[in-house]
Amino acid sequence: MEQKIYDYLLQLGDNSMILGHRLSELCAHGPSLETDIALTNISLDLFGQVRHYFQYAAKLGVAGKTEDDIAFLRYAHEYKNCLLVEQPNTDFAYVIVRQFFYDLYHLHLLQDLTESQDKQISAVAHKSLKEVKYHSRFSSQWMKRLGDGTAVSHEKTQAAVDYLQPYTAELFEMTPVEAELQEAGIAADLMAIKDRWQHDVMELLKEATITYPTNEFSHSGGKKGVHTEHLGYILSDLQYMQRAYPEMSW
Amino acid sequence: MATKADILKYLEEVKDPEIPAIAIEDLGVIRDVQINDKKVHVQISPTYSGCPAMDMMEVEIKATLQEKGFEPTVELVLYPAWTTDWITEKGRAALEKYGVAAPLGESADKRALLGEAQLVKCINCGSKNTQMVSQFGSTACKALFKCNDCYEPFDYFKCLK
Ligand SMILES: [Zn+2]
Repeated sequence: MEQKIYDYLLQLGDNSMILGHRLSELCAHGPSLETDIALTNISLDLFGQVRHYFQYAAKLGVAGKTEDDIAFLRYAHEYKNCLLVEQPNTDFAYVIVRQFFYDLYHLHLLQDLTESQDKQISAVAHKSLKEVKYHSRFSSQWMKRLGDGTAVSHEKTQAAVDYLQPYTAELFEMTPVEAELQEAGIAADLMAIKDRWQHDVMELLKEATITYPTNEFSHSGGKKGVHTEHLGYILSDLQYMQRAYPEMSW
Repeated sequence: MATKADILKYLEEVKDPEIPAIAIEDLGVIRDVQINDKKVHVQISPTYSGCPAMDMMEVEIKATLQEKGFEPTVELVLYPAWTTDWITEKGRAALEKYGVAAPLGESADKRALLGEAQLVKCINCGSKNTQMVSQFGSTACKALFKCNDCYEPFDYFKCLK
């Protein structure tokens, strides 16, 4: 059981870590000072949440790994984040749409996890939920502003939605470990979350005058460790210090 | 043997590294203190998950108590999660004096941040004719506001519940 909880913690943490890294790339590159600070603050919240997951995973002791080992010393196929969060910061519309899709998923996920039978997972969820409410408010407002803004911002937002929507189905795929932990009341029921997510996304897109794509095609693989090419570049950045100077610390 | 009140008294010296005007005790970060002779166990709750000041607070709590001859340990407790309601009256006053507007209640905070109502008071002139510039400010816990009367930009400590 501990091994399964360990795997689940890494999966939860990896989504936040990779998205947090993507947002951190915008530090000093945001379209305006305020959005720059907002996106990097969100990044910081996500990294803080990752630390809670990885510290707990390290404490379980199943793999004999420290928090830093887990974060920095795995190979690409060992990261189990969804493909959505590793997609690049193509333009501001992509950044916001990716964030919007993920924030609403994250919000419902954490709401479910506050009820987890695992006390520590429930505690992290309670803590993180308060922060993610602010994230989803930020990205939802920007969705409306961009979608219902100028002709150019509308067009770019629609393009980002069309491109990123096929990556959202994977958020709701249950791995065998998740299914088993959900039976035990520890993991979230992603099928139930999907309906709530879909409802919220549709409502907001309507306000933002954006059309939800009707295609059935979807990408997946990240949760099994099969990633897009982007993850390799992220890891070469993220792991540089630990690979170049093994076991270095502050 | 030292009492809990003694320990809390010593810990008044420990300030928030990012808002040095406020003691972490008044910030509501200290949850409990257990004392067993020289061994003192302090439980603290993080304000925000990614708050870089938490590690610093832990170091300073330990240093302060070691100086008084104790053997301190510090534990991070996540549940129940910290809320701005735990900031004491003294803490709120210290924030305002330092130049950070203290958090409003939950629904007022939401209306202020959504720009539906002008509820945050300017820290410089006291006017409520203020406007949010950014929901996220210089640190995770703050939003950036400006005053439309005296034009002073200032931080507002967001409500977290
Ligand atoms: Zn003023």
